[in-house]
Amino acid sequence: MKALVWEGVNELAVEQVPDPRILNRQDAVLKVSLSSVCGSDLHQISGYIPFMRAGDVIGHEFMGEIVEVGPDVQRHRVGDRVVVCSVIACGRCWYCEQGLFSLCDNGNTNPAITESLWGYHPAGIFGYSHAMGGFKGSHAEYVRLPFADQIAFPVPDEVDDTTALFASDSAPTGWMGADLGGVRPGDVVAVWGCGGVGQMAARAAMLLGAERVIAIDRFDYRLEMTEREVGCEVLDYEKTDVDAELRDRSGGRGPDVCIEAVGLEAHTPGPQYRFEQVKQQLRLETDRPHAVRQAILSCRKGGSVFVLGVFSALVDKFPLGAVMNKGLTLRAAQQHGERYIPMLLDRMAKGELKTAHLATHPMPLDEGPRGYDLFKNKKDGCVRSVFHPSA
Amino acid sequence: MNQTVRRIVALAGVSAGVIAARRIATRQAGNGTAGQVPDRWHTVTVNRPPEEVAPEGRLPEPLAGLGDAVEVRVRLAPGGRGSELAARLRGGAPAGVAEAVARVAGSDPRQDLRAALRQSKQLLETGEVLTPDEPPTTRRTLPLELATRRAGGEGRL
Repeated sequence: MKALVWEGVNELAVEQVPDPRILNRQDAVLKVSLSSVCGSDLHQISGYIPFMRAGDVIGHEFMGEIVEVGPDVQRHRVGDRVVVCSVIACGRCWYCEQGLFSLCDNGNTNPAITESLWGYHPAGIFGYSHAMGGFKGSHAEYVRLPFADQIAFPVPDEVDDTTALFASDSAPTGWMGADLGGVRPGDVVAVWGCGGVGQMAARAAMLLGAERVIAIDRFDYRLEMTEREVGCEVLDYEKTDVDAELRDRSGGRGPDVCIEAVGLEAHTPGPQYRFEQVKQQLRLETDRPHAVRQAILSCRKGGSVFVLGVFSALVDKFPLGAVMNKGLTLRAAQQHGERYIPMLLDRMAKGELKTAHLATHPMPLDEGPRGYDLFKNKKDGCVRSVFHPSA
Repeated sequence: MNQTVRRIVALAGVSAGVIAARRIATRQAGNGTAGQVPDRWHTVTVNRPPEEVAPEGRLPEPLAGLGDAVEVRVRLAPGGRGSELAARLRGGAPAGVAEAVARVAGSDPRQDLRAALRQSKQLLETGEVLTPDEPPTTRRTLPLELATRRAGGEGRL
């Protein structure tokens, strides 16, 4: 079959790779209809997470049609139209039972790598390096679905493919930030990053009753899209003093909940950006955490900071003093998508949650390398390139 | 592979080596013997009650397969978390240079023990052992390939 594979740092190619097949009785095979790029793919592609092997199929946000099921698959049949959670979780370990699906004990077939890095291993993720199990990604014609009953969800007839696609990762990730960040009616919420995940976090905060939601970015087209499609306030951090503006918009208190949706390749305004890059290159830090620092410093006393952006290992100048002395709650996670996807599909069916606007650049899978170039370099107003493997 | 990535992987390898050497040195200093050390308990918490983990004393197949080479303990986990399933080698584990060689060669008995514990937990909780995607990639990438080949039997467990 055809697939988009990682060949080396910043090298992608569309190649022929072996078709997936049923390997476990609970597996299914999916014919991929749509597969989206995601900001976290860029960390793998750029070599910041050095656990990729040449020939790895990338991509983890996808939907499609079930074409084969293993003998123990009970909830799906051939022909079902489903959206698949990017996180591979068993649904039956203690973590899954608590709704903490991305911490699943049984979804990662390479536990030693992340146990050595982080103490314990999280769940597997499609197309997300061998640290997360080495599962083949979704930028392909077909993909194997382990634990298919647990990770694939039927798409209601009222929801079109492009809308449903983002129930795979962006929408549940954003929802988790607002939900586990503790957004309550009347809150002021600030969101760093106006990509797909940031927009979904802002929308989730609104739906959970926040009084004001303020999203922060520097690209005009993303700010305009967020204002228009999500309906929240926006700030351009290159044109304004974000901290002062957030104080002003929250009665001097600071936001109740701060959600970071940027990750380890954060841009920093001014000369500090080069300084952060040099530190990263010299391995004084593996990740650039500017947005997290700002979220922590801007958050009100006793407020909550949720880190949605992906980080790999170590950061420098982390303001732990602010966390401690302001009594902040700091939480983070890869998405617990299985917990939210059915509810999000219902909201999509009711028209409460719009996502299709994120797919700014639909294209055939053959154009995958171009799709990532547009996305990574913010060309042509790209928010998400979305691949059609069968086109 | 790009030079930067090669450098990162090499650095990670060196760091892991230093950590392993320190652990080995610490263990040897505490034990005073080179070559073999007593094994510690390796434990997984299984989200099933003890009577399902070892019904009438019968162990899950992957652990039973290790026979008399291991000692096994099952007890109730606190807070409704199921059972604590623990195992350790009866005959001691390689130490020092022997440990490093055995780990690279895949012949350290603790690798089999860790893999058996993980597989037992998966079988009890999900009914099957999750198989990695095959083939893993379309290319050979040796350092990471070696790491993933040993991933089920290594780690902090």
